[in-house]
Amino acid sequence: MTNRLTQAIKGAALMDFGGAFWLAMKYMLAPKKTVIYPNERGPQSPRFRGEHALRRYPSGEERCIACKLCEAICPAQAIYIEAEPREDGSRRTTRYDIDMVKCIYCGLCQEACPVDAIVEGPNTEFATETREELYYDKERLLDNGDRWERQIARNLEMDAEYR
Amino acid sequence: MPKAKVNGVEVEFEPGMTVLQVAELAGEEIPRFCYHERLSIAGNCRMCLVEVKPGPPKPQASCALPAAENQEIFTNTPMVKKAREGVMEFLLINHPLDCPICDQGGECDLQDQAMGYGRDDSRYAENKRAVEEKHMGPLIKTVMTRCIQCTRCVRFITEVAGVPEIGLISRGEDVEITTYLGAAVTSELSGNVNDLCPVGALTHRPWAFNYRPWELKKTQSIDVMDALGSAIRVDSRGAQVLRVLPRINDDINEEWLSDKSRYAVDGLSRQRLDRPMVKVGGKLKPATWGEAFAAVAGKIKATSPDRIGVIAGDLQDAESMKAALDLFGGLGVTSLDCRQDGSGLGQGARESWLFNSTIAGIEQADVLLLVGTNPRLEAPVLNARLRRQWLAGKLTIGVIGEQADLTYAYEYLGAGAASLNGLAKSRSRFAEAFKAAANPAVIVGANASAGALKAAAAVAKTYGVVRDGWNGWNVLHSAAARVGGLDLGFVPKAGGKSAADLTAKGGADVLFLLGADELDLSKTDAFVVYLGTHGDAGAHRADVILPGAAYTEKNGLYVNTEGRVQMAERAVFPKGEAREDWAILRALSEHLDAKLPYDSLEQLRAKLFADHPTFGQIDHAPGSIPAGLDLGTIGAGEGGEAPLTSAVKAFHLTNPIARASVTMAECAALASGAARHAAE
Repeated sequence: MTNRLTQAIKGAALMDFGGAFWLAMKYMLAPKKTVIYPNERGPQSPRFRGEHALRRYPSGEERCIACKLCEAICPAQAIYIEAEPREDGSRRTTRYDIDMVKCIYCGLCQEACPVDAIVEGPNTEFATETREELYYDKERLLDNGDRWERQIARNLEMDAEYR
Repeated sequence: MPKAKVNGVEVEFEPGMTVLQVAELAGEEIPRFCYHERLSIAGNCRMCLVEVKPGPPKPQASCALPAAENQEIFTNTPMVKKAREGVMEFLLINHPLDCPICDQGGECDLQDQAMGYGRDDSRYAENKRAVEEKHMGPLIKTVMTRCIQCTRCVRFITEVAGVPEIGLISRGEDVEITTYLGAAVTSELSGNVNDLCPVGALTHRPWAFNYRPWELKKTQSIDVMDALGSAIRVDSRGAQVLRVLPRINDDINEEWLSDKSRYAVDGLSRQRLDRPMVKVGGKLKPATWGEAFAAVAGKIKATSPDRIGVIAGDLQDAESMKAALDLFGGLGVTSLDCRQDGSGLGQGARESWLFNSTIAGIEQADVLLLVGTNPRLEAPVLNARLRRQWLAGKLTIGVIGEQADLTYAYEYLGAGAASLNGLAKSRSRFAEAFKAAANPAVIVGANASAGALKAAAAVAKTYGVVRDGWNGWNVLHSAAARVGGLDLGFVPKAGGKSAADLTAKGGADVLFLLGADELDLSKTDAFVVYLGTHGDAGAHRADVILPGAAYTEKNGLYVNTEGRVQMAERAVFPKGEAREDWAILRALSEHLDAKLPYDSLEQLRAKLFADHPTFGQIDHAPGSIPAGLDLGTIGAGEGGEAPLTSAVKAFHLTNPIARASVTMAECAALASGAARHAAE
C-alpha cells in the first residue's frame, strides 16, 4: 500500500523524467568520446603489439643477428629464418619471413629478441587485398623498421623501466 | 672389488677408477669440461670438484683423483655446491655473453652447466679479456675469446689424431690455444675437435651460422664415405641435410668421425641429378620417366645379353645391387662387376674379402703388416685405433706399399709384391717379431691385384696369421658398397667381363652404370645408362640418366669392411623427380617385360635375406672362425714388380658426393698444397 503511494507521488512530480533529463544534459555538455577515424585516433599504449618491424642501429646496420630465438619461441611458427656468414664474417640472416596470417600477435618474439631487432610496432593499418601480401620478407620488415623507428624507439624508451 | 660410498650409497668399482667414474657408477652426475672418457686426464677446469673423506678438508678434482677403498664421496654437500658455483663464476669471468651469435648455443656444455650449477649473477665487474682469432684451416672456426682452456682439442689432436699441431701457449690470463705457426690442422679427424669443444671456441666452419641445433630433424644412419660404416646422425631441416655428426659405436668409430664423412654433406645439394635425361642429337635433354625408360628398354631389348655390362658404384646400397642382379641376371647378362678398381677379391670364401679380426678386435693384434694400404686415408677412424695401440706399445707395424705418414712409426719393408715374397724368407727384425707374435695380423688394401693378394696370402700363411682362435687376415675396403657387392656375387659370371674390359673400346654395346663414377669412360663406345645421384664422370658420358637417391635419401643396407650389415635410414626425400634406386630398377623391369617379383622394400629385403642369409644378420660382425678361410685359395698369378699403392689418392675426393662438395674441394686444395692459406 505504501509502495503504491510513493510511486504515485513520484510520478506526479515527474521525478523519472527529471533524472533522465539531467543525465542527457550532462552528457550533452561532456567532451565527446567518438573519434573521426582516420583523421582522429584513440590513445595507444607504448606496449601495443601491432605490425612487426626489424630495426636497425643508428649506423644503419641491421640489428638482427640470426640467433633464431624468435623463431624458436613463436607459438604459431610464423617465423622462418635462414642465415649464413655475411661477407665481412658477421652473423646475419639471408632470409627472415613472417607469415602475418599465422601470427597471433602475442609479442613473444620481441620479448625473446636479445638485441631489440624484431619488434611489434604501433601500426595496425596493414590490411591487404590478397593473402600473399601478408607473407612478409626481410626487406618488408626492415622497411617497416625504417618507417616506424621514431615511434618504436620512443615506445621502447617509455616502457624501458618496466622491462 | 673395492667399495666406496657415494652420498652414503655403497658402490663396487674396478681398481684404477677415478672418483668421477665411481660417482657416475652410482648414478651421480658430475659436471665437467676438461674430462673426456676417451682422452687423457688433464684436471684443469676444476668443475668436477667433490668432497672426499678421508682427505683434506677442501674440495677435490674428482676426474684426477683415484678412488680408494672405503672412500666416502659427496656430490651434494654445501661445500660442493659452493665450489661449483665458484668455479663457474671464475669460468664466466672472461667468457663473453654472446650466446645469441654463437653456433654452440643450444648444445653448449657451458650454457647447460651454468644453468645447472652456476650462480645467477657475477661479482666480477672488470672488463673481459679478448683473444685474437686463430687460423685452423677450412674446417675449424675459432672464436678464441670464448675458450675456457680445457685443452680437450690439444689432447685429441696430439693423442688420437697424432698430428701435434694444436697447443697451449703462455700462462695465467694470457693463456691461448693456437696452432703451430698458425698453419691449418692437417688431420683427417680434425672435425672432432669441434665436437669436443665444450664451448663455442671451436665450431664447424663449413656450417657456420647455418642452423640451430633445436630446429634439426635427427636421423640415425650409417656413413658411406669409407668402408667402416661409422655410426652417424644425419641432421636435416626441410629437404636439406645440414650436418652429420658421429654417434657412439664402440665396435667401429667409438666417438669419432672422419672429416670427409662429416663435411662432404654440402655435396648432397650440389650437382644433383633431379630429373631423367635422354641424349638427343648429342645433347642431354630433360625427359619424363616414361621416355627415359622407353629409351633404355628399347636399347637393352635390341642388344644381345652378352654385349650388356652392369657396373655398380662405391656408394650403392645392397638392395639396389640385388635388384640390378635380379633384373640383369634374369635377362642373361653375365658381365656384372662391382669392382671399379680392378681388385682381385671376390672369388672363394666370404672371409677372404672381410676384415676378419673385426675393427675392435684389431686391438688384440700385437704385430701388424700393412700391405698396399694407407689406413690414414682409407679409414682415418681405424687409423686412430691403430695409433692408440701403437702409442700404448702394444703394436709393432710393418708396411709394404707406399711410404706415407701414418701418424705412427713403422718398419718399411718394400714397395711391391716382390717384397712380400722376400718377407716370407726374411730374417729382418720385423720378420722375427711377426714370427713370434701371439696375434699377427695383415691388413691388405682392397685394390690389390690377384697376384698381390696371392703373395700377401702366402706371407699370411707362412706367419700363421690365421690360427686357432685368431683370424688376422684383414682386407680394408675403401668403398662402402664393395663388401655388399661381393657378398651378393656382383662379379662377372662365367664368360662375363670385368669392369676394365667393359669400359674398353668395343667392350660392350650397352653399359648400365649403377652409380659408378670411378671409371675411365673415355674409350667406351657403348650406349651408357647412368643411374645415380650426381653429375659426375658417369653422368658426363651417359646417353640416358636415371636420377637416383643418395645415401641420406633412402633406407638401405650397407655391409662394412668387417662384413657387418648395417641399416642406413632416410633423412630427407630424393631431389626433384629422383627416386630410390631399387624402385627405378623395378619400374624399368616392367618396360623390359621381366618384372621383378617385389613391390616394396620389405619384399625386396625378404628376397635378399632369403637368397643371401648373411644380410639378415643386421649389426653383426662375423669375426670369422678360422676354419672358414683357406689362405691358399686367395688370389692368383704372380704379383709382379709394380709397387702396391693405396686405393685412396686424394682423401677428400673419393666419391661423387665429396667431389661435389665445396668444403671438400677446399680441403683437397689445401692438402695438395695448391693453396696455402696464410695465417692471418
